[in-house]
Amino acid sequence: MAAVITRVKKKQIEQLIAKGKRLDGRGLTDYREIKIEQGIIERAEGSAKVLLGRTEVVVGTKIEMGEPFPDTPNEGVLTVNVELVPLASPRFEPGPPDENSIELARVVDRGIRESKAIDLEKLCIAPGKKVFVVFVDVYVLNHDGNLIDASALAAMAALLNTKMAKYEVEDGEVKIKLGYEPLPIKKRPITVTCAKIGDKLVVDPWLEEEQVMDARISMAFDDDGNICAIQKGGSGYFEPKQVFEAARIAKEKVEEMRKQLNW
Amino acid sequence: MPILLERRQLVTPGDLIAEGEYIAGENTYMENNKIYASRVGIVEYETKKVDVVALKSFYVPRMGDIIIGTITEVGFSGWTADINSPYPALLRASDVLSRPFRPQKDDLPQVLDIGDLLVAKIVSYDRTHDPQLTVAEPGLGKITRGQIVKVTPTKIPRVIGRKGSMISMIKQETGCDIILGVNGVVLITGKTLEDEQLAMMAILKIEEESHTSGLTDRITKMLKEEKSRKEEKKNE
Amino acid sequence: MNDKPERLIDKKGLRLDGRKPDELRPVKLQVGVISNADGSAYIEHGKNKILAGVYGPREVHPKHLALPDRTVLKCRYHMAPFSVQERKSPAPSRREIELSKVIRESLEPAIFMEYYPRTMIDVFVEVLQADGGTRCASITAAALALADSGIPMRDLVVACAAGKLDDTIVLDLMDTEDKVGSADVPVALMPNLNAVTLLQMDGTLSTDEFESAVNLALEGCRQIYALQKEALRTKYVNLKEENKEEAEE
Repeated sequence: MAAVITRVKKKQIEQLIAKGKRLDGRGLTDYREIKIEQGIIERAEGSAKVLLGRTEVVVGTKIEMGEPFPDTPNEGVLTVNVELVPLASPRFEPGPPDENSIELARVVDRGIRESKAIDLEKLCIAPGKKVFVVFVDVYVLNHDGNLIDASALAAMAALLNTKMAKYEVEDGEVKIKLGYEPLPIKKRPITVTCAKIGDKLVVDPWLEEEQVMDARISMAFDDDGNICAIQKGGSGYFEPKQVFEAARIAKEKVEEMRKQLNW
Repeated sequence: MPILLERRQLVTPGDLIAEGEYIAGENTYMENNKIYASRVGIVEYETKKVDVVALKSFYVPRMGDIIIGTITEVGFSGWTADINSPYPALLRASDVLSRPFRPQKDDLPQVLDIGDLLVAKIVSYDRTHDPQLTVAEPGLGKITRGQIVKVTPTKIPRVIGRKGSMISMIKQETGCDIILGVNGVVLITGKTLEDEQLAMMAILKIEEESHTSGLTDRITKMLKEEKSRKEEKKNE
Repeated sequence: MNDKPERLIDKKGLRLDGRKPDELRPVKLQVGVISNADGSAYIEHGKNKILAGVYGPREVHPKHLALPDRTVLKCRYHMAPFSVQERKSPAPSRREIELSKVIRESLEPAIFMEYYPRTMIDVFVEVLQADGGTRCASITAAALALADSGIPMRDLVVACAAGKLDDTIVLDLMDTEDKVGSADVPVALMPNLNAVTLLQMDGTLSTDEFESAVNLALEGCRQIYALQKEALRTKYVNLKEENKEEAEE
């Protein structure tokens, strides 16, 4: 009996939230317990697992050589892919990425890219010809709500864990040397998602709250407290003052998390 | 010819439990005069029958069962409900309206809509078609408030306890009314959300520890401790 | 970037990772790891890290695929892009499609298919890291996930491979050995019924060598079976001990 949320439960969640409480006892702006483990997949160049409550996401990074985009010949390439694997939820079906997994990939990508988290210029081998390509593969293993924040955290943790081979260029040929160095990371963006239920904003919605919410808004902040990416999702709407309220809450939560994670 | 395992021993599918003149009971199967376990569980036997009390299973409908379900679809002349089973259940409009269904006049979603909870009884089921429900009996019908807890259906007897001892104790300690669906879905209605959550906690704990002994005392103790903890918090 | 090793078994009779020819890689099993799934299991077999999840029995989608007298078993074996040395595209490859089929056929004999007509059982296997023998490890994990879900089974299913390196029949090949060795024979077994439900081979073996390989693989299967039972037990035994301690306080 998971697919359809019962009306009784829906009403309960809405009524509680109107009073400033949540069904799992959290405050409106509390996150569930976060656990991060890095380096869990040795075969990947970098990896991390994030548990956000019972939502579980694993990210692996792979580094390969490839061609740069024509409009950024001096920069390496970042590409983010998300798999919502069917075992993670009775609602996920096998097949090519659907709009949810594509949106999630692009939102995670935006946070990393716009904050300039990776020093892409340092990934250039031969301008216009050869660069390093960083693949970030997000694997959602259990969906219990707020895949965006969990995936963004896991992706960043995996990038921080990523090592690339040392190399030198001789006569236009790339020679791999012994040893590794960490991926050049300049910033650590953090994303916070708020859901609108009734006229209240709740941080880190879990699965049932997501089934009840009107809409959600996710905001990524860089190390200096600037917003670098935003995504509103869901078929409901926000009033402008709620948008600013969400930004205020998100900024606070990001500061808290930076202290917790030491990012 | 022996029973090869002691009572209350944990078995996994394929474990050989007995050989010879025995009857294969719950969660076992017989092949070549040998009885094997078909689910993970605890061995139990009385005289000639060998059973395995499964640690986890799912609900298969049976005629006469009282169950709790959720409406998932409103159809042309009735509804489809999720009853926590591999099979969806059907409820005819005529059953709810207590008279023949009139497509022009009767607006089904007004009566029962997607997401509504109900207590119903299985009136027919066999291998060739999905189970049919009825709500045309006292005590059955739409549920408008309360908490739902799902447990593995084999644990429902444990939640009831010997002669209802466990369930009566929980009702008393929490002041809640509790309906136990045979399909493992439990409805708890109390005066406050806290009371309901207390009862939920007790039931989930029973599910986890159903195969251990001294459970009724432990649950009683836990409920009393939780209640006094909450009282202290209130008085602070 | 890796040079081909000259000898896979050194003068002392040890393999590249220090194992003896008939030694298994370390195996770790855990049951009930994905809360959304009806049943799930996680296996680490050597460097393989594989997750298996089961949903079902549940309604069949699309409806026309339903069978009137039995359940439909579906299996999807899938590798994460970061699971192998060179990043693999997430789209299913021909190898994954074949493995999905043989894994399904290795599990089906263990399930009472006629018990739940007009339903579907979905088995999902996700390989998070691969190092040779993933189909065997997948079967071992999938069978545990099925048992964890409460679906009635005739027996568990457990799998292990054997092969030939240099001139020796060895147990449980890792990736390097598989690529350079002269044969690989994965075998799946229902241990109590002594029934082989998966058998494949690639390479070249004489009939005698083949027999040795299969028997060695079956030995490996039985060792892993003991660990499967432990994993299922652990879920419940820990509780018993916790309660004993509580009671004694």
